[in-house]
Amino acid sequence: MEIDPFIFRLSIFILSIFIGYYVVWSVTPSLHTPLMSVTNAISSVIIVGAIIAALAGTSESIFNTSSIFGFIAIILAAINIFGGFLVTQRMLQMYKKKKDKKK
Amino acid sequence: MISANLAAIFYLVSGILFILALRGLSSPDTSRQGNYFGIAGMIIAIVVTFLSIGNFSTSLVYVIIFLVIGGAIGAFIAIKIPMTAMPELVAGFHSLVGLAAVFVAIAAFLNPAVFNLGNIGDIKLASLIEMSIGAAVGAITFSGSIIAFLKLRGIMSGAPIIFSGQHILNLILGIGIFVLIFYLCKTQSSNIFWTVIIISFLVGVLLIIPIGGADMPVVISMLNSYSGWAAAGIGFTLENTALIITGALVGSSGAILSYIMCKAMNRSFVSVILGGFGADSSTDDKKEKKDQKPVKSGNAEDAAFLMKNASSVIIVPGYGMAVAQAQHALREMVDKLKKNDIKVTYAIHPVAGRMPGHMNVLLAEANVPYDEVFELEDINNDFANSDVAFVIGANDVTNPVAKTDPKSPIFGMPVLDVEKCKSVLFVKRSLSPGYAGIDNELFYRDNTLMLFADAKKMTEDIVKNLD
Repeated sequence: MEIDPFIFRLSIFILSIFIGYYVVWSVTPSLHTPLMSVTNAISSVIIVGAIIAALAGTSESIFNTSSIFGFIAIILAAINIFGGFLVTQRMLQMYKKKKDKKK
Repeated sequence: MISANLAAIFYLVSGILFILALRGLSSPDTSRQGNYFGIAGMIIAIVVTFLSIGNFSTSLVYVIIFLVIGGAIGAFIAIKIPMTAMPELVAGFHSLVGLAAVFVAIAAFLNPAVFNLGNIGDIKLASLIEMSIGAAVGAITFSGSIIAFLKLRGIMSGAPIIFSGQHILNLILGIGIFVLIFYLCKTQSSNIFWTVIIISFLVGVLLIIPIGGADMPVVISMLNSYSGWAAAGIGFTLENTALIITGALVGSSGAILSYIMCKAMNRSFVSVILGGFGADSSTDDKKEKKDQKPVKSGNAEDAAFLMKNASSVIIVPGYGMAVAQAQHALREMVDKLKKNDIKVTYAIHPVAGRMPGHMNVLLAEANVPYDEVFELEDINNDFANSDVAFVIGANDVTNPVAKTDPKSPIFGMPVLDVEKCKSVLFVKRSLSPGYAGIDNELFYRDNTLMLFADAKKMTEDIVKNLD
């Protein structure tokens, strides 16, 4: 009997939960805020679904009922992607060691 | 146009890059590199999506325009936002992920053919379940995060909103969502799909309104987790590995942070969800007690004198410091102390601030080197060997009651042992209790000197007196 592809996706999902578990425990507590902002940014990879939906419109009707939701989702996800990565970068730039100090 | 298999491999690559992005955060040294891995993963995912669709019609131009509009808004916010507002920002971003998940699910429901999920009215069963779960969790994340945002921003009162039958209502609505999804699968009716989304919006609101301001760090972490699960649900619908991996990572990350926050407050996750913590409890009877107990209070001169004659000082910052914007003045004070060869370190409680790690970011912004900042378990033993503890804007996390009084609502919560220091300087505007609504026994100790003032003003005055 053939294995349903769903099972493979489920396997990836469950293994990723385990990876997430161990990786996140190793994150230093002082970086928990950047952790949240970066997870925010990466979860916006949902934009791939939005792009697929948005590109489904035909040339006569670029904005049909389905694609319009895709377009709005693109804006939302893009705010998150740019905002999330940039604000993370801004925060991480501030973390400095003692010896880096100029004063 | 690239083949589906090749695209899947690229999605896997971007998933791995996201794992590396989180991995980088294990130390500030590697974190910046980690962030670049994350950005690379995102670029790969987006480019591969364009290539795999291969539709380069006018639609593409619009997609790019919308992408740029969203990107510009996001970049603008990211550059302008003050670090004190980080919790609101993160809550706001969570709501966007949630709403994006809802919209993608709606788009997939209205036009299943583009996603290879079957046809309208005849969507594959598994896909239908996945997309409705994704949509429901997304909707809860959206409305819940909006409430969290409003509370953190101060637009809505942080006090818990509680009404009778609240939990039963939530339970009924929760079960209702599952029943509706079951019928949705049977009938494929779009009305049921819309109803599921609307009820989920409602559940999100109802879930967050009873949770008080003190529990906000848990709420933000929890919503972080939800946004991940929503993304994973959509990932299953779209059969996209990058999305499934990311959803799982973010989901478990948020769950771990919620756990850490709950533990730091010695509260169970269930009691946080049920809410009601931080509502004021019989304040009258406490006020009377307060009048009887003597409090030693001093001014900036006394504080400066104490610190100048100390050999080691531990700073205990809390959210009050951030509100007063005192971090830069504090840094100035510390610089002066260091010039006098006084050892200065910072002690941070896990729930100091409004979100996990918030205080560390605020100190980093004020150019405090991260290797002078210590977590609770690393520094707690040092209080006994230190001369002065300078508590600025923190309150409940220093309350010795948590160790001594089993009746106290915060009993058992890990606290910073500031009272073991030779002397404690406590900067506070008044004797009012903190978030937990309880009196801090520390105020009345013999070795405590209260400095009644605004945190920033007091710190600046101390700086002047240190010369």
